[in-house]
Amino acid sequence: MSDHDHHDEERGLSRRTVLECMTCAGTGVLWTISGGVPHSLGLVEAANAAETSSMTFMQISDSHVGFDKPANPNALGTLEEAINKVKAMPKKPSFMIHTGDISHLSKASEFDDADRIISQAKLDVHYVPGEHDFLDEEIKFYKDRYGKGTKGAGYYSFDANGVHFVGLVNVVDLKAGGLGNLGAEQLAWLADDLKGKSKSTPVVFFAHIPLWTVYPQWGWGTEDGARALELVKGFGSVTVLNGHIHQVMQKVEGNVTFHTARSTAFPQPAPGTAPSPGPMKVEDAKLRSVLGIASIDFKQGDQKLAIIDTPLAG
Amino acid sequence: MTRTLLRGLILAAALLLPLGAGAQAQELQVTIDNFTFAPAELKVKVGDTVTWTNRDDIPHTVVSAGKFRSKAMDTDNTFSFTFTSAGDYKYFCSLHPHMTGMIKVE
Repeated sequence: MSDHDHHDEERGLSRRTVLECMTCAGTGVLWTISGGVPHSLGLVEAANAAETSSMTFMQISDSHVGFDKPANPNALGTLEEAINKVKAMPKKPSFMIHTGDISHLSKASEFDDADRIISQAKLDVHYVPGEHDFLDEEIKFYKDRYGKGTKGAGYYSFDANGVHFVGLVNVVDLKAGGLGNLGAEQLAWLADDLKGKSKSTPVVFFAHIPLWTVYPQWGWGTEDGARALELVKGFGSVTVLNGHIHQVMQKVEGNVTFHTARSTAFPQPAPGTAPSPGPMKVEDAKLRSVLGIASIDFKQGDQKLAIIDTPLAG
Repeated sequence: MTRTLLRGLILAAALLLPLGAGAQAQELQVTIDNFTFAPAELKVKVGDTVTWTNRDDIPHTVVSAGKFRSKAMDTDNTFSFTFTSAGDYKYFCSLHPHMTGMIKVE
C-alpha cells in the first residue's frame, strides 16, 4: 500500500470511526455473529446482544508474556487483568481464540505463565502462533502445547454454532523483503477444507499477522492473504480476525470484515506515525486504555457478527 | 642464537598464515535500531568478523539463506559471524522480513 492509499484510507475513516467509537467504549472485542456477519458493538449494545445471542466468543492477542521493557514492565499482570475482564462477562463466552504472540521469547517458563493465567478463564482456547512463539531452538514448545491435531505449523478448522472457524499460520517461512506468508501447502489444505461448504456458512478466519495489507513498510500484511480470501468469495459472511499490530483496526469490504484486536501487553504506533513499529511507551496512566480484549457475538438468523473491543481501563 | 631466531620467524609466519597475506582481520559492527540494520550495506574483507547488536525492545534475527542464522536476539544481545569466503551475503530478519541488509566480502 502506498502512502497515498494509506491517506485514502484515513479519509475513508468517517464510517469506520463510527465502528471504532463503538469499540472504544468497552473492555474487549466482543464479536457477535448474527446471521453470519461479525460486528462490533458498544457496551450497551453488547449487553443487549449478549441477552439474545446464541454464541459469544472472546479474542485475546499478543500477550507477550516475558516482555518487561519500559512500554510495559509487567505484561503478565496486564494479561491477568484481561482474563479478569473475560471472567467478568455477564454471559459466559463459549470459547476464546488467541491470535498469537502468547510468549515474548518462546521460553518454556513464559508459556507456563501464560497457561497459568489464561486457564483461569476456564474456557476452551483456540490458538494460532505468532512469530514470537517460534523462537526456541527446536521450535517445539508451541507445537507440543497447542499444536495437537493441527496441520503443518499449526493450522486447523472447527465448527461452532453453525460458524466455520479456520485458524491459519502466517508467521513461518517468511521471505526476505516480504510480508506474512501462508504458503502453498496451507492454501491447498484451506481450499480442501472449504470444499463443499455452503456459501451461507458464516466463516471466521483467524491468524496472527493481518491477512490484508495494513502497512507493508512495517511488514503488516500477508503476501498471499488474498489467495485465502479468494477461496471464500461468494460466501455471505466472512470475518477475518488478527493481532500482531497491537491496535484496533477495522475494514469492511463487501461481505468481509477485517478486524485486529488490541494486545494485552503493549501498544504499537499507528502506521507510519513512528520510526518503527516497536513497542510504544505511553504514560503509565494511559497504558490500560490501549490494551484490551475483544468479544464477538453471533446471533442466529441475523446477518451480523458483533465485535466489541474493550480496553483494560478507560 | 640463529636457530632460535629462525624458529621465532617460523612461529611468527605460522601465526600470520590464517589471517591471509598478513592482513589484520577486523571486527566490524552492525546495529539494529528501529527495525533497521545500520549500516544496511557493509564492505568487509575475507577473515573479518561482523557483530550484530540488537538495540530494539523486540527480538530480531539475522539470517542469510544457507550461510548463517542467528538465534533470536533479545535487547542488547549480539551475534557474530566470521566471513571466510568472498561474495555478497544478503541477509534479513526472519521475524520481520522487511528488515534486510547486505555484507559484501572482498
